[in-house]
Amino acid sequence: MPAVQETVDRVRRIDVDQYRYGFETVIESEKAPKGLSEDTIRYISGKKNEPAWMLEWRLEAYRRWLTMTEPTWARVDYPKIDFQDLYYYSAPKPKKQLSSIDEIDPEILKTYEKLGIPLREVAILEGVEPKPGAGSPETRKIAVDAVFDSVSVATTFKEELKKAGVIFMPISEAIREHPELVQKYLGSVVPTSDNFYATLNSAVFSDGSFVYVPPGVRCPMELSTYFRINERNTGQFERTLIIADKGAYVSYLEGCTAPQRDENQLHAAVVELVAHDDAEIKYSTVQNWYPGNSEGVGGIYNFVTKRGDCRGNNSKISWTQVETGSAITWKYPSCILRGDNSRGEFYSIAISNGYQQVDSGTKMIHLGKNTSSRIISKGIAAGRSQNTYRGLVTAHRKATGARNFTACDSLLIGDRCGAHTVPYIEAKNSSATFEHEATTSKISEDVLFYCIQRGLSQEEAVGLVVNGFVKDVLQQLPMEFAVEAQKLISISLEGSVG
Amino acid sequence: MNVALVKNDSGPAASSVFAAAQGRLPGAGKVADIRREAFAAFERTGLPHRRIEEWKYTDLRALVREVLPLAGTPDAAALARAKVAIASVAIDGATKIVLVDGVVALELSDLAALPSGVSVRTLRALLDEQSNESRGDLLLTKASDPMLSLNAALATDGVVVTVADGVQLSSPLQLIHVATASKVARYSRSHVLIGQGARAALVENSIAAEGAAAYQANDAAVIWVGDEAALSHVRLMRDATDVVNVSSELFTVGAKSKLSLFNMTSGGAVSRLQAFITLAGEASELIVNGVNLLRDKQHGDMTLVVDHAVPGCTSRENFRAVLDDRAHSVFQGRIIVRQDAQQTDGKMMTRALLLSDEAEADSKPELEIFADDVSCGHGATAGALDDSLLFYLQARGLPEKQAQALLIQAFVGEAIEAIEDDDLRERVIAAAQDWLEARA
Amino acid sequence: MALLEIKNLQVRVEEREILHGLTLTIDAGKVHAIMGPNGSGKSTLSHVIAGKPGYEVTGGEILFKGEDLLAMAPDERAAKGVFLAFQYPVEIPGVATMTFLRTALNAQRKARGEEEYSTPDFLKKVREISKQLNIPQDMLKRGVNVGFSGGEKKRNEVLQMALFQPSLCILDEMDSGLDIDALRIAADGVNALRSPERSMIVITHYQRLLNYIVPDVVHVMSKGRVVKSGGKELALELEASGYAQFEDAA
Repeated sequence: MPAVQETVDRVRRIDVDQYRYGFETVIESEKAPKGLSEDTIRYISGKKNEPAWMLEWRLEAYRRWLTMTEPTWARVDYPKIDFQDLYYYSAPKPKKQLSSIDEIDPEILKTYEKLGIPLREVAILEGVEPKPGAGSPETRKIAVDAVFDSVSVATTFKEELKKAGVIFMPISEAIREHPELVQKYLGSVVPTSDNFYATLNSAVFSDGSFVYVPPGVRCPMELSTYFRINERNTGQFERTLIIADKGAYVSYLEGCTAPQRDENQLHAAVVELVAHDDAEIKYSTVQNWYPGNSEGVGGIYNFVTKRGDCRGNNSKISWTQVETGSAITWKYPSCILRGDNSRGEFYSIAISNGYQQVDSGTKMIHLGKNTSSRIISKGIAAGRSQNTYRGLVTAHRKATGARNFTACDSLLIGDRCGAHTVPYIEAKNSSATFEHEATTSKISEDVLFYCIQRGLSQEEAVGLVVNGFVKDVLQQLPMEFAVEAQKLISISLEGSVG
Repeated sequence: MNVALVKNDSGPAASSVFAAAQGRLPGAGKVADIRREAFAAFERTGLPHRRIEEWKYTDLRALVREVLPLAGTPDAAALARAKVAIASVAIDGATKIVLVDGVVALELSDLAALPSGVSVRTLRALLDEQSNESRGDLLLTKASDPMLSLNAALATDGVVVTVADGVQLSSPLQLIHVATASKVARYSRSHVLIGQGARAALVENSIAAEGAAAYQANDAAVIWVGDEAALSHVRLMRDATDVVNVSSELFTVGAKSKLSLFNMTSGGAVSRLQAFITLAGEASELIVNGVNLLRDKQHGDMTLVVDHAVPGCTSRENFRAVLDDRAHSVFQGRIIVRQDAQQTDGKMMTRALLLSDEAEADSKPELEIFADDVSCGHGATAGALDDSLLFYLQARGLPEKQAQALLIQAFVGEAIEAIEDDDLRERVIAAAQDWLEARA
Repeated sequence: MALLEIKNLQVRVEEREILHGLTLTIDAGKVHAIMGPNGSGKSTLSHVIAGKPGYEVTGGEILFKGEDLLAMAPDERAAKGVFLAFQYPVEIPGVATMTFLRTALNAQRKARGEEEYSTPDFLKKVREISKQLNIPQDMLKRGVNVGFSGGEKKRNEVLQMALFQPSLCILDEMDSGLDIDALRIAADGVNALRSPERSMIVITHYQRLLNYIVPDVVHVMSKGRVVKSGGKELALELEASGYAQFEDAA
């Protein structure tokens, strides 16, 4: 708030104290040699016992990557990354072959406990009140795949999901157990040649989640993956592949944290979603990578390619994201609306504070007939951060009847931050109907005064306004996440909004 | 447009054009150095292409392919043809300044009888004025852009117009660009200074004389609006249908001033107006409106950069495109609000009406905001005519074409009505109606 | 003589049949009320008569002054004298009401082979009518219906009716969104237009409107058909007993 010097001062002091997930787990780990070469890739592939086709796929991506350059069009500024100064693989050293969750290194279990992520098959997440009138306890279960640095350490509820026909397992396992599915879909949404970071990921990805929901199946519980970067100087390159076959439905949640460290860490993930006829995928993210300290030192570089392919008619893909972490965010969860009558949605809250730089948005690519898309983006910039919404909406010549509605709103807190909106709107046939609106404003002094006059403190009043500002998006999250996200928002803005 | 395949970069062709033009370019010594530097800057990119963000939707490398040779000095026959052409656009009572193929045509201009307080000199004369130490500045601008650099390298002439402090002009200044030659390029650069407390209207036309075709126009204008001054600037671009026109305008607006800019493009094969506007004084008001009326394979681009550099200014941008056949319209509008530009109020609206399934409208309205106490927004829509409105009109007895025409008029009217001068506004409406009638 | 004859009309909207063989005859000079619950097809009927796109006539016919109405474009129907007063008149920004009125009136006259109105004659006529309807002149300078209140929009519809002098007026839920005063003004305007040559179809859900515009005949529609017809007392009967009794009849 420009009017309140005290608040501005406190924003300046923002530091890691507020990052609750900044601790480090001390365990022994096994790492690939530092740097990137064909040998590194062979090492990773070997560690995973991958079939030959997978190694070939990786090497092809690597060779292509060598010819590519880093994209520079985003509004983010960071020192050049030395890709030879990173570890591309790090795994907790197993003491012996694991046969049950109780044999996981207790340090790792403790880590996830601290993070509030249940690796034992408990039904309820920490801090969540049961929904009033919620049905059987069944509906409250969440299956979790926990990824620690480069490997998946546990996947819960696997058996129960199997009964429903749902495959949920680390992608490294899926490559071995369901090669036909992986080969068919991997790289079919984000090709290995897609962009610098996606290509790098294709070469070195180490783990991630694989989900396949067979035709007509409504996945009986929320699926979730929790990503944790622990190791120093280690890049995390996870790969997620979710397929909803004809008439299937799945809701998937993703969370991420990392220890606080002075050096920057690289995270370059790829997520591919495929929705066949009448299928629906709902993908929610609460991204809370370490954002760096008050001087802008440290933090995760988050270069992520997420894309959903509405391949079938009447399919639907919905992205919801709450982005509060990372020093740099470069991320555009997108929808290719290929099937007729398919629908894409993007709901986003992006909060930046300190020296964070966010360049995030979406692409809605209308190819099929009567496709529709909706974009609701809320950007909040505080401190000395830069927060950019970048979005593309395009309707191709044959996408008759395409419709889009976009609303992107930005809120500025303090006068040393920036909020930017860069939409690209391309209408290539006359029956496309596009509506786009964007606003940038500060919190109205009148509204604040009204609240304060009614007895709220300045901080409560600001919190109230911010919550109202992001409400449309929070409502899209599954309840378990919405609670977590709301907490996170207030923590992220601590010092600026209380 | 030339269809011959040329090398992917416009380098060799452009440099031979530049070399061949040397003898015709005014200004030796320092000015020549500036031209060389400007040309080198152009050559670093060549004709701008889609990988240059600002030119993403107007890829001159694909649309234009080559830099044509510089137009020659118009001869008597050319001037006679130009004279015939300007009759259709000349405004009664206006002070006309006519440029033929990029060269000021004194005999067609009203320079002998200027209103008091107005002075006009030619760029050519000023660049050749050895005693003037700062003459090179006439070719320099803050904005950097390949086509603007090319303009600096090759500008043959233009005018420097000064409206003295406090002068209230009752009739408009009219700058008319006429092309008489074919398959050549013209480069002009003009400066307009509106003094403190002065008030003026500036109309700019770009037209072709009978028989002129396939030319390239690159006209630049550098315009200063002093404190407490007001300028209304109306541009009507009706080039020949196979022409490339890339115009750049740079505005600096002082305090408590008002600048109103209107552009309508209905001619040309490839047209672009890029306007860089800096609000440099507090409490000023900016209105920028634009209309593209395009058909066949026409490509029209309006690119705006509005820089709120100081607090307390208001800007309104309103753009309308009506597209038939395979036409392609581009609108890019960036509102920048600098860190200290508190209490900025900036709103931008861009709307495209697609009358054909093969037309394309691309919009990129941007907000770039570094101050927190602002109220900024933009909106964009694209789509066909509203069926429910069409039906209402038809149910009241209007045949379909007439109902469409009425709605299209209303659609562009929202951008046209900001022109304050009744006569100018009527002219613009009439020009829009010409376009609509050609459609029916 | 019958002005409008609707015979066994069947209409679909996107695969769903809304009117299942509706028959209705309206004589010149008569006011017919069509009542019925929501979804009975009342508005569909009005749209089909006026020629709104999106409705597929799969059977039956509509004769207007003995001519095949369904073969005509919407503007031809208007020129022939069909006027639909919309339930929700659209807003047309940028088109001044005055311009709209003159353009529409002259288009109709031109289509009928009549001479176009001169500007002074036209202005005089509009001023006269707007005065009767209590429509301020500045409203006519604004865009069509832009920023008009619900009552003003309906009065604007009545103004057009008075100006165009159609032979068939269809009033689609004219009372929706109007308070009692606004309703009275609009209804007075309509009543002033009643004449032996002009017929009206008054579509309404409630009896209330019929206190102001008293019909000669009342029809009850249910599920896409006319299920009962009678005199104006039928409306009062409906008011007392509701539509439920007709649900089965349909």
